[in-house]
Amino acid sequence: MSQDDVILRAENITKSFPGVIAVNDVSISIEKGIVTAIVGENGAGKSTLMKIFAGVYSDYSGKILLDGKEAHFRNPRAAIDSGIFLIPQELDLVPNLTVAENMWLGREPLNIWGFMDFKYLFSEAREILKKVRLNIDPRKKVEELSTGQQQLVAIAKSLVSKARIIIMDEPTSAISQKEIENLFEIINGLKNQGASIIYISHKLDEVFSIAQRIAVMRDGKLVADGQTGQFTYDDVVRLMVGRSIDKFYIRQKSEITDEVFRVENLSIVGQTSSRKIVDDVSFHVRKGEIVGIYGLIGAGRTETMEAVFGFYHPSRVKGKIYVNGKPVEIKRTIDAIRAGIGYVPEDRKLSGLILQMSVLHNISLPGLKYVSKLGFVNRNKEKSTAHEYVKKLNIKTPSVNQIVENLSGGNQQKVVLAKWLSLKPKVILLDEPTRGIDVNAKVEIYSLISDLARAGVGVVLVSSELPEVLAMSDRIIVMSEGKKTAEFSREEATEEKLLKAAIPKSFRTAKV
Amino acid sequence: MSKNTEREINNHVAEPPTVAEQEQTKSRFNLRYLAKYQSLIILLGLFILFGFLSNRFFTVGNLWTILRQTSVNLCIAVGMTYVILAGGIDLSVGSILGFAGAVTARLLKYGFTLAAFGVVLQFGVVGASVIGILVGLAVGFLNGFIITFFNVPAFVATLGTMTAVRGFIMLWTKGYPITKLGETFNTIGSGWFLGIPVPVWIAALVTVIGSIFLRSTRFGRYVYAVGGNEKAAVLSGVNARTTKLITYMISGVLAAVAGLIVTSRLDSAQPNAGLMYELDAIAATVIGGASLSGGKGTIEGTLIGALIIGVLNNGLVLTGVSPFWQQVAKGFIIIAAVIAERMGKGRE
Repeated sequence: MSQDDVILRAENITKSFPGVIAVNDVSISIEKGIVTAIVGENGAGKSTLMKIFAGVYSDYSGKILLDGKEAHFRNPRAAIDSGIFLIPQELDLVPNLTVAENMWLGREPLNIWGFMDFKYLFSEAREILKKVRLNIDPRKKVEELSTGQQQLVAIAKSLVSKARIIIMDEPTSAISQKEIENLFEIINGLKNQGASIIYISHKLDEVFSIAQRIAVMRDGKLVADGQTGQFTYDDVVRLMVGRSIDKFYIRQKSEITDEVFRVENLSIVGQTSSRKIVDDVSFHVRKGEIVGIYGLIGAGRTETMEAVFGFYHPSRVKGKIYVNGKPVEIKRTIDAIRAGIGYVPEDRKLSGLILQMSVLHNISLPGLKYVSKLGFVNRNKEKSTAHEYVKKLNIKTPSVNQIVENLSGGNQQKVVLAKWLSLKPKVILLDEPTRGIDVNAKVEIYSLISDLARAGVGVVLVSSELPEVLAMSDRIIVMSEGKKTAEFSREEATEEKLLKAAIPKSFRTAKV
Repeated sequence: MSKNTEREINNHVAEPPTVAEQEQTKSRFNLRYLAKYQSLIILLGLFILFGFLSNRFFTVGNLWTILRQTSVNLCIAVGMTYVILAGGIDLSVGSILGFAGAVTARLLKYGFTLAAFGVVLQFGVVGASVIGILVGLAVGFLNGFIITFFNVPAFVATLGTMTAVRGFIMLWTKGYPITKLGETFNTIGSGWFLGIPVPVWIAALVTVIGSIFLRSTRFGRYVYAVGGNEKAAVLSGVNARTTKLITYMISGVLAAVAGLIVTSRLDSAQPNAGLMYELDAIAATVIGGASLSGGKGTIEGTLIGALIIGVLNNGLVLTGVSPFWQQVAKGFIIIAAVIAERMGKGRE
């Protein structure tokens, strides 16, 4: 590439969050008039890097050069004014405003009286919508459009701000096959007019058919960057995962005996549409066994766990659940708890803990029934149980009366675990149990999971981290787009196999 | 509160934390200590202020007056605390108060005519009062049902029932007060028992039972959990709907109890009784440290909040401040209390 073709150059960009380096010393050039794809696993740092380009994060180290001149965007507005426009995965349109108002949001055209110039707004909007092949009335409200149409409105919005670099974060995650094809034609059109597109995705089929350049990120670093023709599909998969397995996984052999938990033909329909979020998933877990469930974001793993645990309205869930060979009917979460199931949810702050309650009250919450009489809580009993588990799990807290919010992430996660272990479950569902916690706490949690299996508990381990699932599981199930796509024994499983089964297949084109 | 701190200290001894941890909790502890008692400090400040400004303030008679005046608001505010802790709000309490009073008064005075049988059912004080309270329970249930089963925001649902129930009062009383309800009934609002006014006994009982229930029962814990993080509570097996429903029923019952006190005290059920009372109850709860987003607050705090409002009302009257300025003062104190709470949060 010649120097003239480079529109945006990032040099040695590093951005860290407490406890994790999200982007680590990344240098990359974006050329004029081509589509650059950035691929990587969940948490590889793609989105963080894009947010730096788009001015969302302004506290990073390193340099950004726009047209050869150094630029530091303090906020998204500054980036947009310089011609960089980010279309996030969750579109940031205002649903109750019209299409045209959304396109000009923040840069409304005014007439000489200082009022909105609606005449200009709507006629101009029609012109721009033509460019993205959206034949709708710009007076329509955004909420009346399909997701695919909204996607196009977002692109139209980027054209209003005369964006030269359009960043699309997982643009196809929620739209149909036909809409994807349409989107690609629009992207090609924009490209031919000289715009640079940065295309973030982990759907490799799409990437190979739309991008001229591919950059692969892994663990915050840029590990490969080159013309699309230089890579094969398998190369990219290997680059995405190619990591040495760290030593901190602790898994001692456990004795695997009878089946303790079985899910048969589980399906969940969406809240608003009849689309299936989870489609006909079956699996079983034996005593002492750890079954890993691997998948990318949006694979339906968390939904599967929540459904099994009775979180959804029974009308949305179909399927059968067995504990110790006996069918159990789970209509509400309490039914799951009574059946001996425990659930450590994905996001401890959102779903695992009551942050402003104490360690004691959080641990005792699901089991309050067992420490109370006539509705009154026996505080001594409650406390002795909590003390027992604080000690067992080595939760570092000045006292059991400490508010959970003040603990570190690792200790918070241990409180969630303590909550369920105190009920002595037969089956425990762990959804991303080590996300966002420090290495030491991770090691402790791995050893705890290993101990649980040795004690005969059936463990379901949902994880997006390949090395974690591989190191901990006896058997691994892979999910993609709500379906179970593969199952491997510990011996069969490799990173490549898992990732291949996890990458969505909804987009298939002949050319690659 | 002191019990809690004692326990905390004991635990420090039982499991010695690291030095860094200890220091961290120490500095945090001091600030929280102050934040915890800020409403109590305001209350004492007001006592001292009005004591200086008016020589009639610190008389035994006046102190009983303050307590008696506070008792109505306190009854409502205890129920309101449950609702707010669970993440809701109840604007209908003033109307419930009026309705329960009107129902009780009319049953007491005229009985209930069963037209079909041509009989008039007569009610004693106990019977009429119980039905008044049941009316409160029913409206509370309706509130909770609308909110939990149709997912209507609490603010809107109770705004609706507030208006509708006020309409029922007008229909029931035809817009006229019902007066002269008899000696026995009047003891509820005006009587004395063991040297203490009966309404103060009632409010004290409500507060103590309310506090014990909130602290020591499973239900109380669920109220905090649902208000603190509903999803996490549900995923811990808590039935959030039922929990919220019950808080509205508690609020309805206690508003009805307050209605009996007001009606008895005035010896009259006024169609506009309880108008705007919901605001004082919400104010007492918030001044007492409860968070309107739920999960945080105590009955003890609400007690202090209600006393602050009571002392303020009484003191401003005694010192001859115009009623208009009284409203201004009350309004700003509510805002100041919430700002103080927010700042306390920010420091943590």
